[in-house]
Parts: sequence; structure tokens; C-alpha cells
Amino acid sequence: MISFIASRAAFAGFLLLTLSSFVFILFFVAPGDPARMIAGERATEAQLVQLRSNLGLDRPIPEQYVKFLGRAIQGDLGFSYRNQQPVIMLIANRMPATLSLVLGAMVLWLMIGIPIGIVSAISPGGIKDRLGQSFILIGLSFPTFVLGMMALYFLYFLPRQAGFTLFPPGGYKPFLADPWLWAWHLALPWMTLALVTAAVYARLTRGQMLEVMGEDYIRTARAKGLPEWKVTLRHGLRSTLTPLLTQLGADVATLLGGAIVIEQVFGLQGVGALAVQAVQSQDRPIIIGVVLLAGAFIVVTNIIVDALYVLLDPRIR
Amino acid sequence: MTDVTTTAPVIVVQRGSLELTLRRLTSDRVSVAALVFICLLMAFALGAPLIEAWTGHSPIKQYREAGLTAMGLPVGPNAEFLLGTDHLGRDVLVRLAYGARVSLIVGVLASFAASLIGVTVGLVAGYVGGWTDMILSRTVDLVMSVPFLLCALALVSVFGPSLILSVAVIVFFSWTTMARVVRGQVISLRQREFVQASRSLGAGPLSIMAIDILPNLSVPIIVYATIMIPSSIVFEATLSFLGLGIVPPAPSWGGMLADAASNSIYLVAWWLVLVPGLALLLTTLSFNLLGDGLRDALDPKAAVVRHPEAKQSSAR
Repeated sequence: MISFIASRAAFAGFLLLTLSSFVFILFFVAPGDPARMIAGERATEAQLVQLRSNLGLDRPIPEQYVKFLGRAIQGDLGFSYRNQQPVIMLIANRMPATLSLVLGAMVLWLMIGIPIGIVSAISPGGIKDRLGQSFILIGLSFPTFVLGMMALYFLYFLPRQAGFTLFPPGGYKPFLADPWLWAWHLALPWMTLALVTAAVYARLTRGQMLEVMGEDYIRTARAKGLPEWKVTLRHGLRSTLTPLLTQLGADVATLLGGAIVIEQVFGLQGVGALAVQAVQSQDRPIIIGVVLLAGAFIVVTNIIVDALYVLLDPRIR
Repeated sequence: MTDVTTTAPVIVVQRGSLELTLRRLTSDRVSVAALVFICLLMAFALGAPLIEAWTGHSPIKQYREAGLTAMGLPVGPNAEFLLGTDHLGRDVLVRLAYGARVSLIVGVLASFAASLIGVTVGLVAGYVGGWTDMILSRTVDLVMSVPFLLCALALVSVFGPSLILSVAVIVFFSWTTMARVVRGQVISLRQREFVQASRSLGAGPLSIMAIDILPNLSVPIIVYATIMIPSSIVFEATLSFLGLGIVPPAPSWGGMLADAASNSIYLVAWWLVLVPGLALLLTTLSFNLLGDGLRDALDPKAAVVRHPEAKQSSAR
């Protein structure tokens, strides 16, 4: 147990260190003078020297790295080149949209993916399984932005031409202002993200269920007279929880660092859209901030997933 | 009594493993359809200059007279532009053909390179074990948990978009599944008698890995490499869609979809999203179907179709 926690903690530290060095190297060592980018084209050489010393850019690289880490740990991710606002504030402003998108879609994809996987696995080779596998294959093959654009065309534009608004074209409405409007605006992004992701969960559930349904303890459960649905759900599905949880942790963590594609297609002003805009305007502090934040999300989700493992799987205890 | 001699002798045909595999593959109608589509797509991509010559339209030339309406909107599919034009009056069919080249080149090249790295890392980690294995496996874990689209964004923001960078980024983030699969297989193989026999005959670790173990891994390697192609194609299209892949005006499917999405022009010109969108969907679908078919054909004993636990969902 202690070695389990220690190895996970070591991995978390290692991950954060790697990500921070990656962005640090990109930021400070890659071509392009940060002082020049902040000060603009018309700055004089004296101004640049002054700025470099203010920012600590004239210090040795290792010293800069340690200072950069120290500030990042305190939540100071620097200032945007563009409008001089604190990066952490810019990201915080975008969090509600990304959070709403990811958590809503997560509920949907679990509700779609797991039942399809179960139904598919209890009659392998049957017509339901064929349908389930087709869903999985198409879902895995559909590029997210293609599905999103098609959803916009068929569910927003065509009804709109026919004279009524079935779904809005995108944008984010705050939950607190009007929960109904919030959900309505997120409906298409939710469905798009959920459909492509549900395929992964259906495949995982199906594969895992097929593997365990032949095990002895399933036969025992049947032999003692449990109804089939109880065997399936309580004994079969139970075993899929651990791999599902692993996948869920990875997906949610990645998406919270910016559901880049979905946000782009539906014009949601989330963290991912912020990162894309920062790339286009060469606003590197924002990119660094988003990458570091994503790393933090991954580490935090890993901790939560590990804690849940211990609850779910007594063998780890 | 004498008719024993008159019956024709039963002819036993010896079939090689390649022939048996091909027979199993071709008896699966879905796989054949997928294979046919992929061959047609390759012909389409290779024949892009022919299509350019036949239509007389360059992929990057803007036909502002014939290709745009009086309002400046793209024209739909017609006799001159078979698949319509885009927002700048360029021929969608010709661009689709040249875009297919990008998708196939990136998909195949990136998968090949990533497989090479993945197989090497997996072989070494699985065979050598110990500290080497631990370091390599942790590296795999690390690369797998990194938010790769975001890191790709950061890289492109510094170095600027290019085809080479796209392929490099895709390779860097997609060799891990192969490494994991190969490592697992090698660990179970290295204890087997034929490896011990080879070792007792004096074979060194390199020769055991390359001559004794590697051929036994051909099935998973072929299957996973095939399945890696569609993910690489989607990865490239995603990068181009975000404006971080192939540099315009060179055509790529992701870039065509990005053009369609900008200003929401595709809402008045459905072919701008349906043509490249369906091309992309059918291509990934075909490669995925072919991968499934290959798995069944190469390994008929495997009753349960297992899928790679690739993190395909992360490209969102």
C-alpha cells in the first residue's frame, strides 16, 4: 500500500517536472526573444536590457527554471503578452465553459457507452452485438470535428432554414444566469463529444465483460440461482469498473485541459479555445499556463482515481 | 473390387500461411470492401495530377469567374466543378485528390515510424527487463498521460506549422501502444523453450530478439500498425483543422474542413463539409475495418476480438 502510494506520487512529480521543463525549454530556449515579444518591435536596446533584468531573463537558465517553478507552484503563471492580464485569471475565466462541457458530456458518454457494451457482450455474435460493434467502429472512426460540423449542419442550420431553431449554433451561456439556456446551448457539443467518446467505453466494457463472463465465479453466481441481470450487473460489470475508471480519469483529465476541437467547432470560449488563440497570437505565457494546468489536472485526477481503486479493489489495500 | 483404382486420388494441396491468411481475409466481405476502398483511395491520390490535367483546374488556383457566384459564394457540384468549389473558388475535387496524398503519406509514414520505435522499445524493455524495463515503461506511461494535442499546440506555436513537424509530433505521441503490446508479448515469449534453446546454442541477446522473438510478433505488429494509420490520419487532420498542420494553400482534408468552418461558409455550401468529411470518415473506417479483418485472418484461433487499449479518445 505504501509502496503503491509512493510510486504513484513519484510518477506525479515526474510528470509535472517533465511538462514544466518541456514548456520552459520551449519558452526560454526556443528561437524568439521574450523581451522583444513583450516590448514590441519599436523598443530600444536599452529598454530590452532593462526588461530582461526586470524579468530575470539575464540570470543563468537553471536559476530561471527554479524561479519559474517556484512562481508556478504559487499559482503565478505570468502575464499575457497581449493584454498584460494574469494568465491564471484568463484561464479561470474560461474554466466554467470547459468544465460544463466535459462533465455534461461525461455523464452522457457513460450512459451511452456502458449499456451498449453490456448489451453487446451478453449476446456475442448476435444481432445486438453486431449493432453494438458497428456503433463502436463508427464512433472510433468519426473525427470529432467532422461529427460536430455535421451536427451543426443538420441540427442547427437545416431546421433554421425550415423556420425554427432546434439548437443554437454554439456559444456558452452561464449556468447561474439561466440553467435551461445553459443546457440548450451545450446540447450539441455534449452530444458530439459523448457519441465519439462513448464508443471507447462501449468497446472497453464489451471486451472486459466478454473476458469475465466465462470465469468460474460467474458460473458460481448463476449456480446459486441469481437472476441473470444480477449476475451481469453485480458480478460481471463490477469487474469492468477498474479499467473504465482508468480510462475515465485519463479522458476527463485531458479534456479539462481544454476540449480543444469541440470548443473550436462550437465556438465555446473554453480553455482549449484560449490555447488555440494564444498559439495564433504567439502569446506564449498563456500556452505555458494551459499546459501546466493540464498537467495539474492529470495529477489530481490520478490521485482521485487511485483513491477510488483502493475503495473498489481490496487487493490493492 | 477393382474400382479402388478407378477413383481419383484425393489431392492434398499444401497452402502456405500467407495464402491461408489471404483466403480468410478475402472470404470476409467487409474486409474486402475496406481493402477495395483503400486501393481506390490510393489510385485517387496517385492520380491527382491526372485529375488536375483532366479537369484543367489547379489545386491552388482561385477561379473567381467560374468558381464563384455573382454574390461571391462557392458554386455547388456541376459539370465543370464535379464536387463544387470552395470559398475562394478552388476546385474541391482536385483539392480532395491532393489532400488524399497528404493524409495517406502522413498516416502511413507516421505509423511506420511509430511502429519501428514502439517495437524496438517494447522488445528491449520486455527482453532485458530490470532497470531498463522500468525506465522504458515509465517513459511509456509518461508519454501516454501527457495531453498530446496541447503539447502539439505548444510545439507548433514555437516552430511554426509544417508537414515534417506534424509527422514528428504524431510519431512522438503514438508509439506507446505498440511498445506496451510488444513488451507484454516478449515477456511471455522470452521464457519459452525455443528461446532457451537458442541461448544455449550461444546466441546473443540481439540475435535472439531479432531472429527468435521478432517473427513471433508479426501478427500483433501488423494489426496494430494498421490500426495506427487511421489515428494518425485523424491526428493530422485535427492539426490541420486547427491551422497547425499542413500550411495553406496546400490542400489537406483537415485544412479543407477548417476553411469550411471559418465564417461558417459550409452552412450555405454543404459539399464543403460533406465531401472532405465523408472522405475522412470512410478512410478511417476502412483502415479500422481492415485492421479488424487482418486480426481475424492472421489469428483465427483468437475467439474474442480484442481491441488495443489505445487512448484514441484523447484527440478531442
